[in-house]
Amino acid sequence: MSVLATRNLIIDVPGREGGTQLNITIEPGQVWGVLGPNGAGKTTLLHTLAGLQAPRSGSVQLNDSALGQLRRRHVAQCLGLVFQDRQDGFPATVLETALIGRHPYLSPWQMEGAEDYARAEAALERLDVAHLRDRLVSTLSGGERQRVAIATVLTQAPNVWLADEPTNHLDLHHQSAVMALMAEQAIQGQAVIMCLHDLNLAARWCDHVLLLYPNGEACWGSRDNMLVPSALEDLYRQKLAVVEVDGAPVFVPIKG
Amino acid sequence: MLARLGLPLSLLLLAALASLVIAMGVGSAQISPAQIWQVLMGDSVQGQGDALARTMVIELRLPRALSAFAVGGLLAVAGALMQVLLRNPLADPYVLGLSGGASIGALAAMLGGLGGLAISGSAFGGALLSTFLVFGLAHGSGGWTPSRLLLTGVVVAAGWGAVITLMLALSPAERLPGMLYWLMGDLSYARTPWPPLLLLLATCVVLIPLGRSLNVLARGPQQAAALGVAVRPLEWCIYIAASLLTAAAVTTAGSIGFVGLVVPHMLRLLLGNDQRLILPACALAGGTLLVLADTLARTMIAPEQLPVGVITALLGVPTFLFLLYRSR
Repeated sequence: MSVLATRNLIIDVPGREGGTQLNITIEPGQVWGVLGPNGAGKTTLLHTLAGLQAPRSGSVQLNDSALGQLRRRHVAQCLGLVFQDRQDGFPATVLETALIGRHPYLSPWQMEGAEDYARAEAALERLDVAHLRDRLVSTLSGGERQRVAIATVLTQAPNVWLADEPTNHLDLHHQSAVMALMAEQAIQGQAVIMCLHDLNLAARWCDHVLLLYPNGEACWGSRDNMLVPSALEDLYRQKLAVVEVDGAPVFVPIKG
Repeated sequence: MLARLGLPLSLLLLAALASLVIAMGVGSAQISPAQIWQVLMGDSVQGQGDALARTMVIELRLPRALSAFAVGGLLAVAGALMQVLLRNPLADPYVLGLSGGASIGALAAMLGGLGGLAISGSAFGGALLSTFLVFGLAHGSGGWTPSRLLLTGVVVAAGWGAVITLMLALSPAERLPGMLYWLMGDLSYARTPWPPLLLLLATCVVLIPLGRSLNVLARGPQQAAALGVAVRPLEWCIYIAASLLTAAAVTTAGSIGFVGLVVPHMLRLLLGNDQRLILPACALAGGTLLVLADTLARTMIAPEQLPVGVITALLGVPTFLFLLYRSR
């Protein structure tokens, strides 16, 4: 059973004609990496999969029903999105920010209960930001804010994780920790789709890869079929050297 | 959780009741709280003095105090809603040109020599007209965004301002004081307090279940949509509610400045940003502030009255600056 599937999907990138129709089926337990140069439409694809943006053509199926027909609240119980950039109009504490992940589950008259708090605090603990719980988010560093945003989605506990560059702003240790968290989610039966700029993270942690080209063409498949040096050099227009470390390929950009 | 909401709200409720007692007691003749209690409870009247007190409280001071409370509450709640809608802490109920539209309606009625109800009706019509105008223009051919709505509102308000100045310049001198008082906000026109008071109560009841959605919306429309909020319907709902509240307030008491900007701000600095707490707190604190300001306005240079808008600004500006200076 697929949790998320696209049928003849073409995403709506302004000023771009045509492109490959995406027919992707994402099953529980899979970790997908979306790779592509700047402006290829990675974020647009993620927002289209989340139902925040209408596709140019085709459709997205969530649990075998058309995404556009589902109520937002129901979608939010199945599907969580880590945004690339966040705006905070009004100051809020770290704990309050994580708690809004429970919003889809609470009825309008319901206040957050002990269980909601426990989930939010566990998520903060898991992302190593529990000590910041009473700080205002606006006073945190970029990496700390990124971890709070991931903790919010962890509190939301969706079946499908859509993460837009989840390792943005993170130091090396927390990059690994976040990728390990994504892998752990997949082992527990969730599906994970993330946009990445770091080929090496994709090579180490993803089992499926989607390559998105600036002209709208795309190809996808298992990691080993996709992470071919010549294809990647073509994708990024950048010469690469490949070495193997710890059983996984490591791609290094080289001159020329 | 309930305790976190309960304590500030009970304190504000006590302050609101105290302000109403002060408003009923203070004036050309002082009436003690004990007398007010007797009058309100309908205890038997003994002697001439008490009959006078009864008339003064029941027929004059109580309706005016309740009107002030309702108007202050409406403005503060409308301001808080606009701030969430536009995600801009500087937004106030008038930012979309509503008071300008209402002022033009009211001034036109006054110029035409109409009185009472016609002025209120005309003001209400002007407020709604301005709302639709701003929204229609901001919507344009695409969708509206907060910054576009804000800019359209500011420009339309500036346009109204010019028209108001023009009307004042062309008005006969004997009508000017009334018009100026209306523009600065004045509660002596307020008749029955019940319509705005009921509207305030109904709005609070409707907004409580929306509170958490507003909290999520304050973090941006995309984040809100990703967390299951139907963003566009909610934004429409806020826009209509805030416009209606402001129109009702402006119709009752003219355009009283500052309450709608400062009260939500002060409460956010003191109580945080949970809309479930901020919105009812705004209703209570805005009401209290305007009751006190109106009491000052009618007693400071008695028997003359000051426009209450002057008092709200004179009280509000230093308090607000102090809080802002002290905040993180």
